[in-house]
Amino acid sequence: MQTVRIGAGLGFYGDSWRPIRASIERGEVRYIGSDHLAELTLAILQKDRTRDPSAGFTRDLIPMLSALWPLAQPRGVKFVLNAGGLNPLCARDALVATFKARGWHARIAAITGDSVTHRIDELRAAGQSLAHLDTGDDITSVRERLVFANAYLGARPIADALAQGADIVLTGRVADAALFLGPLVHEFGWSWDDWQRLARGLTVGHLLECSGQGSGGNFGAADRWAEFPDLGHIGYPIAEVSADGNAVITKAPGTGGRIDFDTVRQQLLYEVHNPHRYYSPDVVLDMGTLRLTDLGGDRVRVEGASGLPRPDTLKIVAGYEDGWMGSTVVGYCWPDAYRKAQAAVALVERSLAEHGEAVEEICIEYLGLDAFLGPHADLSQRDALNEVWLRMAIRTRDKRVADGFGRHFPWLALSGPPYMSGFHGITPGSQLFGIWPALVARDLVEPGIEISLVEVA
Amino acid sequence: MKLRLAQIAHARSGDKADRADIGLFAYDAAGYEVLKREVTAERVAAHFAWLADGPVERYPLDNLLAIKFVLHRALQGGAARSLRSDNLGKTIAAALLRMEIDQ
Repeated sequence: MQTVRIGAGLGFYGDSWRPIRASIERGEVRYIGSDHLAELTLAILQKDRTRDPSAGFTRDLIPMLSALWPLAQPRGVKFVLNAGGLNPLCARDALVATFKARGWHARIAAITGDSVTHRIDELRAAGQSLAHLDTGDDITSVRERLVFANAYLGARPIADALAQGADIVLTGRVADAALFLGPLVHEFGWSWDDWQRLARGLTVGHLLECSGQGSGGNFGAADRWAEFPDLGHIGYPIAEVSADGNAVITKAPGTGGRIDFDTVRQQLLYEVHNPHRYYSPDVVLDMGTLRLTDLGGDRVRVEGASGLPRPDTLKIVAGYEDGWMGSTVVGYCWPDAYRKAQAAVALVERSLAEHGEAVEEICIEYLGLDAFLGPHADLSQRDALNEVWLRMAIRTRDKRVADGFGRHFPWLALSGPPYMSGFHGITPGSQLFGIWPALVARDLVEPGIEISLVEVA
Repeated sequence: MKLRLAQIAHARSGDKADRADIGLFAYDAAGYEVLKREVTAERVAAHFAWLADGPVERYPLDNLLAIKFVLHRALQGGAARSLRSDNLGKTIAAALLRMEIDQ
């Protein structure tokens, strides 16, 4: 049996779609799976939707497919995207309108049913505790502040939409790897209890869901990152998948980046917790039996992953409003740059106290010195630094305190320690969101899944 | 003799809710044995005591010459409520590569 080639789309809302052109034009892909939703992206989309009930999907969808569909359509390339966000139906309608205006033909499906935002009380009445997965806390503590709550759906509705003839499938929240597993199940007709093949398909999806991070981007190492050619034209990873679920990971010819044993295994374990129990809605993957073989020439064989039966629960991630952050950055020049930045911290802290600002927590970072490495930073040059950038951030329940935080700094320019510069103005506070992971019985969610297909003729 | 992990390994970190996770990858089999012997869960927990106050899980994977670490309560409650510049924990892997061990 022939292989199916499937390529990576975006890895987050805001990622570049330019590399997808090479996968379509030279990578012989049949599908592109595109992940637009990080854990808290739905909080951003909820803000959009509050302002406009027809919004709430990722705004990159329309320009992305406007650029790529003319390349994809003549080659028969299909798309699966979770760009529907909180509003897959309106995403679909917006895309249909765009395609109609351009005279393009496509069958576009929207998958709904992941949102449980308005079902919290109903689910609790049905015996679901929705307790915090890590802390065990009761959800009533944040119930009034919930902004969204969505279950991670699996690959099945995606495979079903493709079976109904969809060229473009728009979802809301689904497991990231399901964007790829769905097309593979559709192509190969794998049974939904064929745990081994599902686990291998999930592995492929996991390797492709983070765009360039699967092909040499963000390669965490000393020195070696600089060896990878032409990251400016990186090729997003492509999988050549066999009917048994084993695959070769590669990328389009003539693109930058690197596919080798190291870049593939870094992505394989990315954001995985127990590698022997990687949960998804469709299967539980055990990576302990998996083998990677570097074939050279930007090709790595991935085989032998094991699968265990799918869980009876789906994971929910909810977001809740959790206060505000105010933050400011200012720079101090030599001499005594670090000591002056420290003095500024003391002056600002005093100013906050004297104004009686309701601040819960202050984060102090010396950018370029120890903001990232903390106590593992090398401080030997600290007192002789050419310049030091001070970043201060506060946590507060009061939006006005966050918005006004920057006003504690300008006076320092003329009345504080010398050679302060680089203050770029007072920026409004940003809202903070807490995250609430929980489990829900799948038979309370899955009956509500709907596939709605529209043909643009 | 002291050795910095960056000399024998590479690493990538990510986030899920309030957990940071790090994949640590030996460049070769000999290095992997050193990692398995020296980079214990206790040692990683101590290395990140300034950042994470929860337990550390550790999963060695012989097939990948890699060890997976999961740090609980490591992101101030989660990326979207963290005040840190590195709210997503992207640089936590680099901090692990700074660890010094006996060769």
